[in-house]
Amino acid sequence: MLLKRLTEANGVSGNEKEVRQLIIDEIKDYVDDIKVDKIGNVIAFKKGSIDSPRVMIAAHMDEVGLMVTKIESSGLIRFTPVGGIDQRILVSKTVSIGKDNIPGVIGAKPIHLQEPGERSKALTYKQLYIDIGAKSKEQAEEFVKIGDYIAFDSKYTEFGHNLVKAKALDDRVGCSVLIDLIKSDTKLSFYAVFTVMEEVGLVGAGPAAYHVEPEIGIILEGTTCSDVTDVEPHLHSTKLGNGPAISLMDRTTYFDKNLRELIVETAKENDIPYQFRKTIFGGNDSGRIHIAKEGAKTATISVPCRYIHSPISVMNKDDYTNTSKLLKLVIEKIETGGVL
Amino acid sequence: MESKELLKKLCEGIGVSAYEDSIFNHITEAFQNLTDEIQIDNLGNIVAKRNGQENTNKIKIMLAAHMDEIGLMVKDIDENGFVKVTSIGGIDPRTLLAQEIIIHGKQDVFGVIGAKPPHLSDQSERSKAFKMEDLTIDIGLTKEDAEKIIEIGDIITIKRDFIELKNNVVAGKALDDRAGIVTMYECAKELLKLKHEADVYFVSTVQEEVGVRGATTSTFKIDPDIGIAIDVGFGATPELPEEDVISMGKGAGITLGGNIHPTLRKHLIEIANEYNISFQHEITPGLTGTDGRAMIITKCGIPTLVISLPLRYMHTSVETIDMNDVKTCAQLLARFIASISSDNLEGLLCY
Repeated sequence: MLLKRLTEANGVSGNEKEVRQLIIDEIKDYVDDIKVDKIGNVIAFKKGSIDSPRVMIAAHMDEVGLMVTKIESSGLIRFTPVGGIDQRILVSKTVSIGKDNIPGVIGAKPIHLQEPGERSKALTYKQLYIDIGAKSKEQAEEFVKIGDYIAFDSKYTEFGHNLVKAKALDDRVGCSVLIDLIKSDTKLSFYAVFTVMEEVGLVGAGPAAYHVEPEIGIILEGTTCSDVTDVEPHLHSTKLGNGPAISLMDRTTYFDKNLRELIVETAKENDIPYQFRKTIFGGNDSGRIHIAKEGAKTATISVPCRYIHSPISVMNKDDYTNTSKLLKLVIEKIETGGVL
Repeated sequence: MESKELLKKLCEGIGVSAYEDSIFNHITEAFQNLTDEIQIDNLGNIVAKRNGQENTNKIKIMLAAHMDEIGLMVKDIDENGFVKVTSIGGIDPRTLLAQEIIIHGKQDVFGVIGAKPPHLSDQSERSKAFKMEDLTIDIGLTKEDAEKIIEIGDIITIKRDFIELKNNVVAGKALDDRAGIVTMYECAKELLKLKHEADVYFVSTVQEEVGVRGATTSTFKIDPDIGIAIDVGFGATPELPEEDVISMGKGAGITLGGNIHPTLRKHLIEIANEYNISFQHEITPGLTGTDGRAMIITKCGIPTLVISLPLRYMHTSVETIDMNDVKTCAQLLARFIASISSDNLEGLLCY
């Protein structure tokens, strides 16, 4: 299964190689042109049969993770986050270091030896380290070096009513939806762009958009979903199972009203459930794409993901299917002269 | 069977305190061909007895390692189908966030322990740890469907594969104290090569983590001349004071303190030196947090020793242990057992 392969591949921001190769292998027979640009973005062009506006559909390949900063004389490994990670999710986990996927564990001080009150404070990055079983710095250096990327260790797992648990659903789910579109029949010509380093500051999207010069940009994402029990309903940014989430605004973009309305109309006409992303927190590649060169109209369609930026992010398979369906119909709508 | 293979089976098995029965088979199978008789007592302790040779005075040595592990229990299923939990044994709630778990209900149910997304929590919130009551298990079911397969009181374990790190170091959950059981298994294998007079009882105990209960009843029944608890000790890591820990890979910690029979301990150290088996000192002046604390006060008192395998990150799901320590500890125990005879026992127990 594609989403399983995509989420189990490692691609911490700046180290997207494994994911990039997987995507290229997956789409190369379905596109008319494909290239990797100077900073690692995959830019593919699928030629349709009609005159088309310049449409760029983007999903980012990278995921949050960690990076090796120091190897202690004891052989233990210190690290720093790559992208936004709540430090509290790291304790008592297994990780995979470097291109040889060296297994390691992030342990914690035994509960028996803790001082009173210690347990109420979160363990910080400075207190945590990775143990690969090495006895000394020299021995650890045989397997690990400073700057190695570290990925969460988490297998794609289906559970509950139609749910999936995996790491990196943000944004392999977007990559997967985009690959679905590439493999389907479309009359519209479009650029499919898989970007690098979104999680560390929307790095890849700007140069990619500079190259593509889109008039319309559609960004596919895995987005925050906080519909869990202890969160007040009005703080639910999205709800799992309520369909694709359409962005209104976030920290990086006021999304194009007409394009958004086109997407909403398309959903309504086709009885596809949809929801608005009801938070302005966060941002995505649109932030760079909509202001590249002369600018572009952009929209974001996302699959809601609970526990995002953790090894155990969770999505609903129906949301995925509906996002994929909606994107295809939106493309058809643009084919018939929708938005420009 | 290789000891690592047995340890993997045991650690990936489920045996939260008082719910140990699903790993019974792995243990009885392992000891089947190494011992003469296996019994399971009323509480669930597995007692595998290996007869001594020419043991006319019926001397008895009991080894104990506990098979139970810490875990969680379902406390409530809320209106949205999320599950609230309580702990069985000592668990730091900080080690639970973003874990994959299995609820052992009518069937095994997969779930994850949820975290509020970082986008929604501010920095000050992130410096505070979640408490047990803040944690919520997401099993992706409605309350109605959840209640068909799970109920309050079901036990929960962290889903964790046993993994091999470098240097023969392994990591997983429940190494405390399944590594102790594997040490007994290795010891039983060593004894095949040695002559020993004492009957040896390899006891895999239940409910250590919740109050050394299995050791209490099994020691009572066996009434050994010598009791030895094999458990895990705190492996050295940077945040722990050196005087509180033992080092990984440097042999078992031989516990020193009031719980420990002084002359027997001296003998154990002499054996280690005689056979050039590495060991370390571990200091616990009062009662140890091991099966040894039950042994010493059984009946009229049992001469007791405690041996600790160095283990890092105790009571997390990524406990690590060096398999070399298991091996050397087993050798030490076997040599010690072989050295005990009806001729020297009384002298060794004399204060």
